[in-house]
Amino acid sequence: MQSSRTLAIPMALALTVGITAPLQADTLRIAIMGEPASLDPHKISGTWENDVVGDLFEGLVTEAADGTRIPGVAESWEISDDGTVYTFTLRDDAKWSDGKPVTANDFVFAFQRILTPATAADYAYLLYPIKNAADVYGGEADVSTLGVEALDTKTLQVTLERSTPYFLDQLSHYTAYPVPSHVVETYGNEWSRPINMVSNGAFQLQEWQSQTRITATRNPYFHDADNVALDEVVYFPIEERNTALNRFRAGEIHIARDFPTHQYDWLMDNLPEAVQVAPYLGIYYYAFNARDGHATADPRVREALSLAVRRDVITDQILGTGEQPAYSFVPPSVNHYSAPTASFTELSQEERLQRAHELLQEAGYGPDNPLELMLRYNTSEDHRKVAIAIAAMWKPLGVEVDLYNAEVAVHYSDIRQGDFDVARAGWIGDYNDAQNFLSLLESDVSNNYGAYSSPEFDTLMNEAANTQDMDARAELMAEAEAIALEDSATLPIYYYVSRNLVSPDLVGWESTIEDIHRSRWIRFDH
Amino acid sequence: MLSYTLKRILQAIPTLWVVITLSFFLMHLAPGGPFDGERQLPPEIEANLMASYGLDKPVWEQYFTYMGNLLQGDLGPSFKYKDFSVTELVAQGFPVSLELGLWAISLALLIGIPLGVIAALKRNSSVDYMVMGTALAGVAIPNFVIAPMLALVFGVFLAWLPVGGWNDGHWKNLVLPVVALSIQQIAYIARMMRASMIEVLGSHFIRTARAKGLSESEVIFRHALRPAMLPVISYLGPAIAGIITGSVVIEQIFGIPGIGRYFVQAALNRDYTLVMGTVVFYGGLIVLFNLIVDLLYSALDPQIRYDNE
Amino acid sequence: MIMNNTTLTAPAVGNSLARDAWRRLRQNGAATVSLVLLAVISLVCFVGPWLTPWALDEVDWNAFLAPPSIESGHYAGTDSNGRDLLTRVFYGGQISLSVALVATLVSLVIGVLYGAIAGYFGGRVDNLMMRFVDIMYSLPFMFMVILLMVVFGRNILLIYAAIGAVEWLDMSRIVRGQVLALKRREFVEAAHALGVSSFKIVTRHLIPNAIGPVIIYVTLTVPKVILLESFLSFLGLGVQEPLTSWGVLISEGKDMMETAPWMLIVPSAFLAITLLCLNFLGDGLRDALDPKTR
Repeated sequence: MQSSRTLAIPMALALTVGITAPLQADTLRIAIMGEPASLDPHKISGTWENDVVGDLFEGLVTEAADGTRIPGVAESWEISDDGTVYTFTLRDDAKWSDGKPVTANDFVFAFQRILTPATAADYAYLLYPIKNAADVYGGEADVSTLGVEALDTKTLQVTLERSTPYFLDQLSHYTAYPVPSHVVETYGNEWSRPINMVSNGAFQLQEWQSQTRITATRNPYFHDADNVALDEVVYFPIEERNTALNRFRAGEIHIARDFPTHQYDWLMDNLPEAVQVAPYLGIYYYAFNARDGHATADPRVREALSLAVRRDVITDQILGTGEQPAYSFVPPSVNHYSAPTASFTELSQEERLQRAHELLQEAGYGPDNPLELMLRYNTSEDHRKVAIAIAAMWKPLGVEVDLYNAEVAVHYSDIRQGDFDVARAGWIGDYNDAQNFLSLLESDVSNNYGAYSSPEFDTLMNEAANTQDMDARAELMAEAEAIALEDSATLPIYYYVSRNLVSPDLVGWESTIEDIHRSRWIRFDH
Repeated sequence: MLSYTLKRILQAIPTLWVVITLSFFLMHLAPGGPFDGERQLPPEIEANLMASYGLDKPVWEQYFTYMGNLLQGDLGPSFKYKDFSVTELVAQGFPVSLELGLWAISLALLIGIPLGVIAALKRNSSVDYMVMGTALAGVAIPNFVIAPMLALVFGVFLAWLPVGGWNDGHWKNLVLPVVALSIQQIAYIARMMRASMIEVLGSHFIRTARAKGLSESEVIFRHALRPAMLPVISYLGPAIAGIITGSVVIEQIFGIPGIGRYFVQAALNRDYTLVMGTVVFYGGLIVLFNLIVDLLYSALDPQIRYDNE
Repeated sequence: MIMNNTTLTAPAVGNSLARDAWRRLRQNGAATVSLVLLAVISLVCFVGPWLTPWALDEVDWNAFLAPPSIESGHYAGTDSNGRDLLTRVFYGGQISLSVALVATLVSLVIGVLYGAIAGYFGGRVDNLMMRFVDIMYSLPFMFMVILLMVVFGRNILLIYAAIGAVEWLDMSRIVRGQVLALKRREFVEAAHALGVSSFKIVTRHLIPNAIGPVIIYVTLTVPKVILLESFLSFLGLGVQEPLTSWGVLISEGKDMMETAPWMLIVPSAFLAITLLCLNFLGDGLRDALDPKTR
């Protein structure tokens, strides 16, 4: 009997504790698609890092549940008439998770830090619109000359090189987050470790077990903490899309930030209420090598190849996750811009093929002199499928395609050196503006893989950059894009979509064009 | 034996030095660098990054810097996982891989050896074919197929076990990855055990033992088993080094934070310091386990000696 | 010493030995069936592509991920690019079987000779040779392959070479272990005493007596090689589209196990049957070649 008595006491204790303890804490479990390189906003560049860091920090401007920009740490702002001077008033209740106030100095410190060459921040160039930013980063000017100034503890003034219409949107990006100067100065590069980190977002970092999980809890000092429903968010880095899907199916996670394309039909049959597919700010395209000595230097060849590609077959049959066929370089979802489309879209499929044949013949290719191309793609199931389909579509033109697959480092290092005819590439917008896409086609830009070069295009883009009026600016860029399309500078294939699996138990999750979803808006539907 | 062991340990130094040196230059000769990816960085950004990791210096200078740091036990920072040093990454991941690997190898030995012995004793009977046929499933079905199948059946359909995650090594999270890891090893061990057991059972000293009238179990356990283990042991040296350093397939499919992934990912990312870290670590284990195997040889077969040679 | 005489003299008879082994092999039912099946599979892989109505890279624009059907001519269904799976499995078999054959042979020849020499001479030679093996084990395999590709270009022979260059290591350690044990046996010492040359002792006495584990390890190397090839191909270091291999087909199929199971089942079945046959054949060969049963 003695043993049962000793058991009884802890059980009674457990019961009373159970009654007084709060209800089960709300923990959101998210599968993010990779292990973060860092949680220091100045040292990251991946979307999966944004998922975590964006919950921990808040910029001057931040994202609402539907992705629109709303005031974050800044309560209000004024923009000078010429569009170059922004004056922000910070909210009084903006605090770090250690209770200290977020000051204008923290922002100045952060902007200066990310642009200091020694920080080696890979995304620093996003802040180049700020006055002297490029020079500071290049080591040609002192950080003190940077166009960022604290007028008082709660007033921040940012001066730009020139009017930049998308600058406010950019301020919600992690490159523009404040960092706690008092903590960074104490711990140096170790400040972003869980024991040291202090942040100003809806959540604060608790634990980071590499390759396993990152845990963040509600930040009581957050200015909108009362409206944050979740007590805890756990991020699981899962690179394998199939694994994420299986863990979602087993109920181990509530949100999977991607799923394998080939499972779409299965998901629509079995878990339709969990599938979230939405347009995404990105273009999947093939670069044509316009350098001398490549067949693709001839615009007629490029046009013929572009004509023969049936984008609808690729989007519907090969991918089938709601991707949209692309006939322009700038995705249609981009703000304040309407992209021109390639002129051949009015032609029927037969007419396109007919025209493609003629063009190739004009360019000197035919049965006696078949066009041989090297098509390069980097290792991925979807890239492979698209490349195979496109090679098959070019076959009726008498084009012989040599498919060449390589891992990502080799792929990009080779195509940068121009060692290809046609190469797979993609671009996800850094910010929601057509300029971010079109600048890839300017002469001598590092991401212009095919070395496409058109003086008219460059002139128009330059003009657009100096135009303040949004409509006129959009028109100039559209004109530039029309030239690039006319030249078949690239082969746009499809516009990306974002894919998410979201448990139906959750409320507050909305699809957004940038695929950004902050946990502060999400709650459980109890 | 002791002097032999000491000699071998001393030899590990030049061996590892050659491994490190060769690997270092192999790695730098390969096309692509740590900052080649989906988006090309503006030149000044890339220059700053290169400078901050010392990659702007000539390769030989980087080599001497690396060796200098290595001698002080510093493996450097990871290029890819910027908040961790290579030492930290290995120190965090290795215990996980080790735990998983030890379970898997124990399971494989516990099942594989008896299976092989039984099959050898019942050679060419239906028992033999059945045992070997089952064991063969392990080699005939690749682990990248077995692992997701196990996850699907036991994790999703039956929901008996978690689909993935480490959960600080909870036994439930261990079961599926351990099974997936050991299936192949069971097949290897069982097949090698069967073959060498047959070999040994046919040799004259076993015939002599039988002729002396020893019981069958005495013949097997006291005389046959030890020499029959030799090929299995030869195989196990490098195999154990491989298994306890994790498997990228198993880790990715079950979401396990081991170091197996680094062997592949570090190479793909051109994360030079992490690549070198894994090379140093793995090289050390290979040297260690091959030494243990060589010592085990003489323990299993007293005729094998190294001393006086 | 009388007992040992048999093992001493037997291997000296060249031609009848092979004939003897062949006779014994044929008496082994499982091995004979396996041999026939292997021959059939190889034949089908090399002849089959002419019998299917589809070409290797031909896309059937009306049949993406179509299940197996007699009417459409896709007897084993199609893949996610609308290509006939059976045709691809046949071509894949050509690659996989030849990679397996060549890489395994390379690893067998290098591994056995290397291991036997190291084990036989022992001492400093053994030590040096085995440290070299340690070094080879430890080098980062992926960079070796990437560099081979840079130097020699993209070449299927290169895959064989790269795989063979790694797989002989295990073999050499196994053979060395066996030889270390065997060389102290009476029959080797007797051969020594009779003045038989080292070369002959190694090739005529040590290697034949270590043949059991060697054959078994060879049969285990084949699946390893086939899967390693698929890993390299995945990284873009192996076969390039539209060519394929069983390993590549299986790894494509594994993601589709619920939606298009034929993509996993068909190539897996070919691989599994091949490996099974190979193992039974290996056992039969081992028995047939065993010097002690002669």
